[in-house]
Amino acid sequence: MNQNAPGKYSAGVKEYRETYWDPNYTPKESDVLACFKITPQAGVPREEAAAAVAAESSTGTWTTVWTDLLTDLDYYKGRAYAIEDVPGDDESYYAFIAYPMGLFEEGSVVNVFTSLVGNVFGFKAVRALRLEDVRFPLWFVATCDGPPHGIQVERDKLDKYGRPFLGCTIKPKLGLSAKNYGRAVYEALRGGLDFTKDDENVNSQPFMRWRDRFEFCQEAIEKAEKETGERKGHYLNVTAPNIEEMYKRAEFAKEIGSPIIMSDYLTLGWAAQASLSRWCRDNGMLLHVHRAMHGVIDRHPKHGINFRVLAKMLRLLGGDHLHSGTVVGKLEGDRAATLGWIDLMREKYVKEDRSRGIFFDQDWGQMPGVLPVASGGIHVWHMPALVNIFGDDSCLQFGGGTLGHPWGNAAGAAANRVAVEACVKARNEGRDLEKESKDIMTEAAQHSPELKIAMETWKEIKFEFDTVDKLDVAHR
Amino acid sequence: MSGMQDYGSRISDPNSRKMGTFSYLPQLTPEELRKQVEYIVSKGWNPAIEHTEPENMRSNYWYMWKLPMFGETDVDAIFNEIEMCKKANPGNHVRLVGYDNFKQSQGTSMVVHRADMTA
Repeated sequence: MNQNAPGKYSAGVKEYRETYWDPNYTPKESDVLACFKITPQAGVPREEAAAAVAAESSTGTWTTVWTDLLTDLDYYKGRAYAIEDVPGDDESYYAFIAYPMGLFEEGSVVNVFTSLVGNVFGFKAVRALRLEDVRFPLWFVATCDGPPHGIQVERDKLDKYGRPFLGCTIKPKLGLSAKNYGRAVYEALRGGLDFTKDDENVNSQPFMRWRDRFEFCQEAIEKAEKETGERKGHYLNVTAPNIEEMYKRAEFAKEIGSPIIMSDYLTLGWAAQASLSRWCRDNGMLLHVHRAMHGVIDRHPKHGINFRVLAKMLRLLGGDHLHSGTVVGKLEGDRAATLGWIDLMREKYVKEDRSRGIFFDQDWGQMPGVLPVASGGIHVWHMPALVNIFGDDSCLQFGGGTLGHPWGNAAGAAANRVAVEACVKARNEGRDLEKESKDIMTEAAQHSPELKIAMETWKEIKFEFDTVDKLDVAHR
Repeated sequence: MSGMQDYGSRISDPNSRKMGTFSYLPQLTPEELRKQVEYIVSKGWNPAIEHTEPENMRSNYWYMWKLPMFGETDVDAIFNEIEMCKKANPGNHVRLVGYDNFKQSQGTSMVVHRADMTA
């Protein structure tokens, strides 16, 4: 009998595992692979829940339909091909699912995620569901635009080599007039920072309309460049209520000579992000990306999407910088997990490494990397650890840690610049940055009164709360 | 306010100009510079020397001092070339670059001799 001949139609509800659980399946290079952490409802067997997730995120619906027999269902279906225990957790388990390439539109991150994290997340047979990792096959990577420029091009455009970039978010977040805001930008840049940044929710409020902000910030950049002889930038946030307005702001930023703009990719929307990124490549503009709202999606250890997936997604959608957590500051971030996703943002090929939460090998082909941005509650005392964790290809952003300096922004900026250069110098000399951090910083402060005062100001500030979204490790 | 210091950077003062990595630290001593050269060599980067008149320092393209020293791992030889470049180009800034051919970029770049500046 012809094995490919369709069977007879039989209406009714079948168990998902009859069709979508396939433990003998060997994933293909062209498959999209996903690892979900499933917390099932009581009484639902593992294979059935895993198969249900595979079905509901691909071709399946709750009942058999006659039109199934008009398609090559065996090709199009997602397959649950493996199940693993979650270390230290008796209730949940990992399910690995393979999706064939024909399910997805080329170059559409939107399309992939509408399937993978679509209706399935509200599916009743699972109590909670978390997308832990996705392996994007090379064909998909190569059909996405990726970062407008990437790390190397940014270094060349801005003439900065051999050290992390330094930035600062202008505070207070909201309420400054455009001219006073530009003052804060100018002071931070003349003191030695490479970048200043709009806060994520600075768009075009009544107290400071976008056009005024852009003009004053650009004057600040140009004066600081003339004064220091170095290239500078301010991330002008073009996140807007609609796409037409977004482009209008981006065009104006280009017109006045800004080297970089910024977006909030999760609230702006993924398609808008992809469009803005393409515009940035066409117009020679760097693109800084903030991840506001990510905590809603990625923080709960049993439900949502792990940040490593959101980071991969942004690399595909396109952006030159992405906030990645600091490990050491005021915001959430497990060290090993953070090291894992900053590799996924920057490297050409990343191997599976469960100790860093990476479930699949990921080949990025020739797609440029995204610069990880460490921002949030960090100050000069964190510098040795930050340089050690993030390395040169990163942007370290000190908001309060610049603006809160007792002598003002310029002094705060200079303190950070001296500290980062002292740490890079010590690292290059072969010294252990974290063990010798106090000595390295104290030596550097001998030549910098600005650094000395900064170290005295922030010596007691620590943020020692336990991480909520930890890597899954056995604890018994 | 008496303990507070002014930040003395001025457009009118050429000494306010900075020049990239390590320009916020005191001038590296020969021993310190040696360690940085050793770092470039240990990374497998190709050392290169460039120089410029101070008034043209903002250009991407400084003058190359000969070709990059491809494959050079002898720290003394690199030091020697820096000295030759300085002598042949009095009044110029001199920088040392480490070309990373895998990243297709500069792994690092540092000014190793800062000339007197008038503008």
